[in-house]
Amino acid sequence: MATRQTLGEILEQQGVSRRGFMKFCATITSMMALPPSMVSAVAQSLENAKRPSVIWLPFQECTGCTESFTRSHSPTVESLIFNSISLDYHHTLQAAAGHAAEEAKHEAMEANKGEYLLLVDGSIPLGNAGYSCIAGISNEEHLMNAAEHAAAIVSIGTCAAYGGIPKARPNPTGAVAVRDLIKDKPIINVPGCPPIPMVITGVLTHFLTFGSLPELDHEGRPVAFFGQTIHDRCYRRTFYDRGLFAETFDDEGAKKGWCLYKLGCKAPTTYNACATVKWNQGTSFPIESGHPCLGCSEPDFWDKGGFYEPLSATAFGPSSALLAAGAAGAALGAASAYAARRKQKKAQEASE
Amino acid sequence: MSGIDDIGVRIEPPVPDDHSYGNVQPILHEVLHALDRLLETGEPTTIDLRSMPFGPGEEERLEEALGTGEITVTLDAMGESRIVECAFPGVWLVTHYNSHEEIMARMIEVTEVPEIVRAERRELRSGAERLRQDLTGRH
Repeated sequence: MATRQTLGEILEQQGVSRRGFMKFCATITSMMALPPSMVSAVAQSLENAKRPSVIWLPFQECTGCTESFTRSHSPTVESLIFNSISLDYHHTLQAAAGHAAEEAKHEAMEANKGEYLLLVDGSIPLGNAGYSCIAGISNEEHLMNAAEHAAAIVSIGTCAAYGGIPKARPNPTGAVAVRDLIKDKPIINVPGCPPIPMVITGVLTHFLTFGSLPELDHEGRPVAFFGQTIHDRCYRRTFYDRGLFAETFDDEGAKKGWCLYKLGCKAPTTYNACATVKWNQGTSFPIESGHPCLGCSEPDFWDKGGFYEPLSATAFGPSSALLAAGAAGAALGAASAYAARRKQKKAQEASE
Repeated sequence: MSGIDDIGVRIEPPVPDDHSYGNVQPILHEVLHALDRLLETGEPTTIDLRSMPFGPGEEERLEEALGTGEITVTLDAMGESRIVECAFPGVWLVTHYNSHEEIMARMIEVTEVPEIVRAERRELRSGAERLRQDLTGRH
């Protein structure tokens, strides 16, 4: 069956040369945020990698995650979608509709029982099933059926990972995340609103290459991409450390590209790869465009106080402990960001 | 009612683009250490530039600092790749493009010759075989 071909065979059939293959491996090693010394290990694994079947289920979502995914700028993505993975169900991208589409999904699930990768975007409403259903079947039922024989589940986007915007107070649909419903399967969370396209493909490529899940953090996110805060990797960090802040969006500090902390930047408590992987073919990321980070890859980012309120205001009241740390010097930065993150979480729990 | 012309407009000079965000210097040091290692032990190093938090204009400044040496190799496989020896022998700036000329990966390789440039034995063998067949066909 076509899905069981190795990637090495597929590329050879397409006339990809050794140098082409090496280039491919160098690119995806970088894409997976692995050290360059791993290229030869990646090449070895990839030659023998089997093409996995992928089923993508969209629930309460805005299609932003799919938009992001299909705009990954690497050419390997076309090959990733069409050659390296077998995308057997994705209701926005597939040609089939109605019964034919559902039939294709069931066939793929049956043929690849226990081996297919289930991708989910969107949250699942537990209130009225009618809030979001496909072919008259509730999102919850779709998820539970597809999850039963999946090898692993990837929650794409903040909605699938944590409930996201549909779950924002007062959560009218009773939205929950995939991890709230599924407890007996490995789940990889790839949050972000939307997630960075290269991060989505990086996670899929990891599964394709090594046949295993990447190392995950306490929120179920791949450490390779979510191991550091945006603040840790921000090119404006030097201004934070020196206590140079923009106070308004049009003051001298803003024009000079100083730190956006006082304008509500959530980078110190947000784990994501925006500052290095960047967006729009590596052009920039929100802070580089002069806007504070909204913290979209964190749980309940919508309910964490105002986007333009400094973290110190939402977490500590007006005393600005974190800000004082920033002005005091670099050494305190990471520790206080961690403290802020913990305190913010506690404050959040206390307010609920 | 006042018109749009009544709104004052002030054009300000842009922020000087030579501002340092502090990334160029450490990478140059890393390259130097890699060169020392290559000299002492023969061990090559690759620095993935995608993992660097470059500020605006910093990558260009890094390129300037590395300069351009004598050799530029263009590779045509799954889109173009440019392999440029920098002003410091053994330091190569490797940029992989896709078929739409977008950058897929970018790295500094500190090595005698980047691995991707070398012809491998398997390729040598199949090339020799093709040439042999060509020559046999001609006679």
